[in-house]
Amino acid sequence: MTTTTAAHAEHPEHGPARGLMRWVTTTNHKDIGTLYLLFALTMFFVGGAMAMVIRAELFQPGLQFVEPQFFNQMTTMHALVMIFGAVMPAFVGLANWQIPMMIGAPDMALPRMNNWSFWLLPFAFAMLLSTLFLTGGGPAGGWTMYPPLMLQTGEALPFVIFAVHLMGISSVMGAINVIVTVLNMRAPGMSLMKMPLFVWTWLITAFLLIAAMPVLAGAVTMLLTDRYFGTAFFNAAGGGDPVMYQHIFWFFGHPEVYIMILPAFGIVSQIIPTFARKPLFGYSSMVYATASIAFLSFIVWAHHMFTVGMPLAGELFFMYTTMLIAVPTGVKVFNWVATMWRGSMTFETPMLFAVAFVFLFTIGGFSGLMLAITPVDFQYHDTYFVVAHFHYVLVTGAVFAIMAAAYFWLPKWTGHRYDERLGRIHFWLSAVSVNVLFFPQHFLGLAGMPRRIPDYAVQFADWNMISSLGGFAFGTSQLLFLYIVVKTIRGGARAGAEVWEEAHGLEWTLPSPPPYHSFTEAPEVR
Amino acid sequence: MTGERERANRRLTLRIAAVAVAMFGFGYALVPLYDVFCQVTGLNGKTGGRAAATEAYAVDPDRLVTVEFLATVNGGEPWTFRPAVARLRVQPGRSYVTHYLAANPTGRAVTVQAVPSVAPGLAAQHFHKTECFCFHRQDFAAGEAREMPLVFTIDPALPPEVGTVSLAYTLFELGETRAN
Ligand code: HEM
Ligand SMILES: [Cu+2]
Repeated sequence: MTTTTAAHAEHPEHGPARGLMRWVTTTNHKDIGTLYLLFALTMFFVGGAMAMVIRAELFQPGLQFVEPQFFNQMTTMHALVMIFGAVMPAFVGLANWQIPMMIGAPDMALPRMNNWSFWLLPFAFAMLLSTLFLTGGGPAGGWTMYPPLMLQTGEALPFVIFAVHLMGISSVMGAINVIVTVLNMRAPGMSLMKMPLFVWTWLITAFLLIAAMPVLAGAVTMLLTDRYFGTAFFNAAGGGDPVMYQHIFWFFGHPEVYIMILPAFGIVSQIIPTFARKPLFGYSSMVYATASIAFLSFIVWAHHMFTVGMPLAGELFFMYTTMLIAVPTGVKVFNWVATMWRGSMTFETPMLFAVAFVFLFTIGGFSGLMLAITPVDFQYHDTYFVVAHFHYVLVTGAVFAIMAAAYFWLPKWTGHRYDERLGRIHFWLSAVSVNVLFFPQHFLGLAGMPRRIPDYAVQFADWNMISSLGGFAFGTSQLLFLYIVVKTIRGGARAGAEVWEEAHGLEWTLPSPPPYHSFTEAPEVR
Repeated sequence: MTGERERANRRLTLRIAAVAVAMFGFGYALVPLYDVFCQVTGLNGKTGGRAAATEAYAVDPDRLVTVEFLATVNGGEPWTFRPAVARLRVQPGRSYVTHYLAANPTGRAVTVQAVPSVAPGLAAQHFHKTECFCFHRQDFAAGEAREMPLVFTIDPALPPEVGTVSLAYTLFELGETRAN
């Protein structure tokens, strides 16, 4: 897998192969980055279509469009597709495009593995989505796949589990690539503490992936053997314990939520200084805060299981550690605000998304803190309040950051400027509709509406209708994003090397679009 | 790029891959680790799967604890399974006898296993069963109904704030009885 690096270095001038095979056989970090990003965009719309089914069914009380079983398949699949198909691949795509350019390397360290880790994904998702057409339908037990319910899945179960295995292998390979690239391929003079924050957050994310994904693989393998090979990890009749699954799952699951947000922190830390025209406030505290969040994320998992009947000591431990995470997170938020303080700010689309990220992600952090209060969580657990919480951190957090990154770097990648007016329209449509969509879900949860149900009591009708209207508006607005991206790829005003006024960082020293191999000569790092 | 960098890349790759494989193993290791942890700390509401030694406790005549008996059948199988009495007021230290009723509604000989759980979890280590149908698998002939005994003592060391202990059994079908 490493020989290609050398082979490419001998022919630095050669460009991409032609035709479809270019994309199948490519080992180039930009090609693979593009593939990842396009894949993520596709899955964003697939998962989004499922969300539209969910919101349509919840538009009114009563059952109108779909069977309850199908509704449950939609909630399960929507989560799996968005997490493993949209958000994570989008971040890996950004890493592929940006990391070599940001650290002054010609390519990723392990180009062939890079190709492999991408091409596993289409197969994994073809397998996952195909379960919707099997007898018995797709998985309907929730993305957390708790036994014993999950073990009652029909023929879909082994397909889902193998799909999760493939996604896991793909992310672990992607993570290995990032770590090796960052540790071994930096240009001379690019010391660790000079690295852009996007690279730092990705390095730490990669370590989280290495530690967390294999544990998920283990947990789902235990489900598989429980169902087909007579083991009893989670089967109480055989001496197992279904709560054990929850412990193992969330040992993966909580680090996983940080896997989906740390790269977003990195993106925002690149964008805000650029448009505030000031260096990032507190660079080293940002690095340490990221590292401490990553460490803490491994000792808070049972805040997802406060209601399983843990002893008081356990409840307290997990409550305090969870609240502790808010400290480094707060450090970051204050640093972003301090970076903007007295900056000469302009509000192009990437900056709009980044500022919205800071504001709306913080709302999600606050609802997280409310959920972290154990006695309170007994009321909120498994209600729409939790749904509102994680959509604030994931949609207005992770997804907004990904969109900010797309607008920020699209001119670099394509050599064309996107249509700024349309970009801003897209931002405002998204920012308003996403709040109409998710903010009422806080009220629904506080009033007691359970999550993952296709029908509900009439007192929840008004806010659900408003939420659904917001959902349809948000979904439709994303078609505008698609249009803008396609339009920018196909043409537009030429972008110079710098793209954004006085942008700092090695990627802005390369022409737009950059050459096929980024830095064949190691650049000078000031 | 030099061969040296390639060797360094390969070395690092192998090391990280080894960590990933180790973490897969760690996921499995969590299973016994949790069990050990629960045994050491007495958390999780698991009563021992074996008969407790018949110890003589000093009976506390001034204290009464309510024990609630619950029964669930796993996965909606059509079994009849219920406690003979729903609750007992007991004195810690004294031994009590009660029983559960189970009936096999099917036309097959079936083996079942009842799995106990005690709430609050911390009470589990003070709930001693000297005899219990849950210690063994139970064979039921087609259509058979029977009473299954349970003998238990509550340890007087049960923390004073615990006034009610619930003992819940879930009945699992293990399949048709095999002749042995
Ligand atoms: C200050 C930081 C945070 C705190 C204190 C926090 C706390 C919590 C708590 C206590 C729960 C469990 C609620 C319940 O099920 O009753 C929860 C659920 C969740 N959180 Fe957070 N959280 C924080 C940040 C985040 C971030 C950054 C993300 C992802 C980017 C995230 C994603 C999720 C998800 C996906 C769930 C629900 C999982 C499920 O049950 O399906 N959280 N959070
Ligand atoms: Cu969590």
